[in-house]
Amino acid sequence: MRIVLAEDSVLLREGLIRLLEGSGLRVVAAVAEAESLLRATEEHRPDLVLTDVRMPPTHTDEGLRAALVLRREQPKLAVLVLSQYVEERYAAQLLSSATGGVGYLLKDRVADVAEFVDALRRVAAGGTALDPEVVAQLLLRGHSDPLDRLTPREHEVLKLMAEGRSNAGIGQALVLSEGAVGKHIGNIFAKLDLPPAEGDHRRVLAVLQFLKIRSLP
Amino acid sequence: MKVPRPWSARAWLDTAHVITGLPVAAVLASAMLPLVLFPGTLRRALPWLTRVQRSRFAAFQAARIPPVPVAAHWRTLSLWRQTGYHVLSPLVSLPAAVLVATAWGAGLVGVLSFLAPVMNPPPLVFTPDLRNPAVTGVYVVTGVVLLALAPLLARAMAALDLAIARALLGPSRKELDERIETLTESRAGVIDAADAERRRIERDLHDGAQQRLVSLALNLGLARATLTDLPEPARQAIERAHEESKQALKELRDLVRGLHPAVLNDQGLDAALSGVAARAPVPVRLEVVLDRRPSPTIEAVAFFVVSEALTNIAKHAAATRAEVSVRRERDRLLLLVYDDGCGGATMERGTGLRGLAQRVEAVDGTLKLSSPLGGPTTIEVELPCA
Repeated sequence: MRIVLAEDSVLLREGLIRLLEGSGLRVVAAVAEAESLLRATEEHRPDLVLTDVRMPPTHTDEGLRAALVLRREQPKLAVLVLSQYVEERYAAQLLSSATGGVGYLLKDRVADVAEFVDALRRVAAGGTALDPEVVAQLLLRGHSDPLDRLTPREHEVLKLMAEGRSNAGIGQALVLSEGAVGKHIGNIFAKLDLPPAEGDHRRVLAVLQFLKIRSLP
Repeated sequence: MKVPRPWSARAWLDTAHVITGLPVAAVLASAMLPLVLFPGTLRRALPWLTRVQRSRFAAFQAARIPPVPVAAHWRTLSLWRQTGYHVLSPLVSLPAAVLVATAWGAGLVGVLSFLAPVMNPPPLVFTPDLRNPAVTGVYVVTGVVLLALAPLLARAMAALDLAIARALLGPSRKELDERIETLTESRAGVIDAADAERRRIERDLHDGAQQRLVSLALNLGLARATLTDLPEPARQAIERAHEESKQALKELRDLVRGLHPAVLNDQGLDAALSGVAARAPVPVRLEVVLDRRPSPTIEAVAFFVVSEALTNIAKHAAATRAEVSVRRERDRLLLLVYDDGCGGATMERGTGLRGLAQRVEAVDGTLKLSSPLGGPTTIEVELPCA
């Protein structure tokens, strides 16, 4: 997998390169601000862009804005955004064009190497990786009506689904059989009035779409 | 006015105030009058003279006469007023001291007049015949009345002196108004500066310590993932260090968020509060209805109020749910934080609420707390929001 990396802290940029290369991923370009990120992406045509949110020159949210530009211009490009804080509002913006091939994680998550690389691969494969913190925020916003009909267990399942986990992954996390997970998911979709769709993945995206719409003002 | 008893501390203090007033005033006036010929010296000496009188009022009347602000253009007028006091005070003190001293002295003499006949030789020469019980009776009764009146008289004289001193030695109405204006301006400046300082600290931590910690956690994570053939104790040490670095990151992040979350700057209250609400351990229903953004300072105060209130709820309220509503009504920003917990929150205990109220009052807002034992608790805050 070919990756373009944008991170303004030298220390962290070097660390991330070591981590990615060590996991058999290729970093084709590593840059320190948003402008160069857009240029490097244009030039290298990577499979995935990994970017920090706060970067020079204004040190606010230029990484995020660059990610939004990239997603608008190249919907096929996978983008994983890292940030010192995760905010529901940013997540909603990232998810507003499409919900596949996008990730939004706390920077802390890079410390758990295997899980982080997993998330990277998932996003590169067109999946999603949302930080549990941001998922909690998204669920909060959907607190009224349909979501109130979910049982606590279904809530947990939905949360894990929104993080981008597979049925097996959810089963592992909650100590449930895959069959039980499937049943919960079926109930969730019924309660949320989601029409039946082909694959698991589509259904996860449908849930995300649902959460995203509710969370936008 | 409560009538002081002749033997009360109040009576003693008032009497001492009035009696010392005379010599003090006389000395100060005679020290000052020659200086009228040397305005420069008078100007420098007056504050010292005034200080003596101020300390007399502080000692006997527990009255603080506020010092005059030093703004140059008012100073001249204030010096004239002070000169006026020092000239006037002997004229007031003399009759006052004489009256009060006479009341006490004559009262005592009258009350003790029945002793005169038995004393030999008589202590004073009384014209009327004190061996006549009717005359003695009149003396004693008059003495008692005078003794009862003396503290009142002393009270009245001290009050008069204090009123004159307040008017002439303290700041005038106009000076006070100016002072309020200056204070209001400087307070706003201090609040804005503190706000800017919090933002700066947040930025510094973000660019410094947090990046370093992430990098440290990442390296420890790499070590943990790759160095699998190390001896068990070494592996455990790396594992512990890795977990602790992640915990430190989380704690630092929570701390920095509390200072001033970046999202508050970028996206406003709604976005910032939804993050706070999501992190709260109790379910929070959040409603933010704002047509446009308040000033950064008001946003910061509103954010602080809600996030502190939710922290308090998590710590003390044992609540099962909470509600937060933020809306604008004309030129006021209204915040309401409700929880269904155990109630009993007060401003006096829990310093958290006290701090909230102070921060709200600092921007001319108001905070109302309702928290009966058994709950529910409601905090209502109004902030100015032009």
